[in-house]
Amino acid sequence: MAKITAGVATSHVPAIGAALDLGKSGEPYWKPIFDGYDKSKKWMAEAKPDVVILVYNDHGTAFALDVVPTFALGVTDIYPPADEGWGPRPVPNVHGHVELSRHLAESLILDEFDLAIINEMAVDHGLTVPLSLMCGQPEAWPFKVIPLAVNVVQYPPPTGRRCFKLGQAIRKAVESFDEELNVVVMGTGGMSHQLHGERAGMINKEWDNQFLDDLSGDVQRLVQLDHVEYMRETGAEGIEMVMWLIMRGALNENVKEVYRFYHVPGSNTAIGNIILENS
Amino acid sequence: MRKPREYDDIPGTYVFDYERSHRGYHLNMFGMSLLKPENREAFLADEEAYLKKFPMTEEQRQSVLNRDWLGMIKLGGNIYYTSKIGATLGHSFQYIAGEMCGMSQEDYADMMIKGGRNPEGNRSVSEKY
Repeated sequence: MAKITAGVATSHVPAIGAALDLGKSGEPYWKPIFDGYDKSKKWMAEAKPDVVILVYNDHGTAFALDVVPTFALGVTDIYPPADEGWGPRPVPNVHGHVELSRHLAESLILDEFDLAIINEMAVDHGLTVPLSLMCGQPEAWPFKVIPLAVNVVQYPPPTGRRCFKLGQAIRKAVESFDEELNVVVMGTGGMSHQLHGERAGMINKEWDNQFLDDLSGDVQRLVQLDHVEYMRETGAEGIEMVMWLIMRGALNENVKEVYRFYHVPGSNTAIGNIILENS
Repeated sequence: MRKPREYDDIPGTYVFDYERSHRGYHLNMFGMSLLKPENREAFLADEEAYLKKFPMTEEQRQSVLNRDWLGMIKLGGNIYYTSKIGATLGHSFQYIAGEMCGMSQEDYADMMIKGGRNPEGNRSVSEKY
């Protein structure tokens, strides 16, 4: 049977992808960030997942404002990197796990999570930067990826509680898939950042670190956080952190934090990374 | 009439709700069009002519021509779309961010390196905390 063994959360700042692609990862500004992910890369190489369910948001790339799906699941076999206005990132195509993604779509919809379904999509930095941070610059990504896109651009995004419950349903669906697969769930985005308005640049280290603590310590507190709290305390765009709760919902009630990294700034954003294993 | 929202009280923040999304739709879809290289070229070759292809308001068109980055947001622009306009014009994200909060790119970048904008005093207009 397929099994979710661990969860990873990470920021997905586009400038990190650009720094890596342009060979700037050794520069003083970026080096602490890439160094901070060394242990995560090592962990990922050892964890050897067969499939990663990658929760992320599109930033007006594959989706625009004409149709705004709250949750959309990729069910195809290949997702090329998107041109976000300066050419596609020079990273490998992302390969899906068609059988598991179809099974997830069917199970989740019958479990009353009314997902939109994606049969063709280019993936933007929201998905490819987390892969780069966790895997470096391989010729091919070392696992299959199932993209789960969450709307966090058009207010309101789904609530943190709904995200957490979707994570629980993902776990149930994965565990009913009849093939031996090691599955890791990744939640991406965050941490604190505001990209627009006169308050741009706000960072809340204390709040972010409490959030990291509570992913293993008091997840019920996190599930209850409302959207205004995220926006007020962590910046309007910090609301992306609801996506981390999908990852958390897919794990056991008790988890072991095996690694954490937090750094300010990555461009306009507080960079956070955490690895949680089921205990 | 739009009901006041709790998030209206967050200073310097324009939550991209359905009202703003509706108001800014064509401005944002103009930004979206710039994902295609041929559209970027057409826009840069003749900004006014290209902008006329989108049924946005005159005020919105002017905000683009004037490089009024905060104005675009106030007129319903969303940062993920207005930043595509910025990228087409060769601006970094931090330049646009600085413009929106009235800082030079250098001062903005420096603020970020020093830990970012402090949330203290920046959470609520009415309660000043």
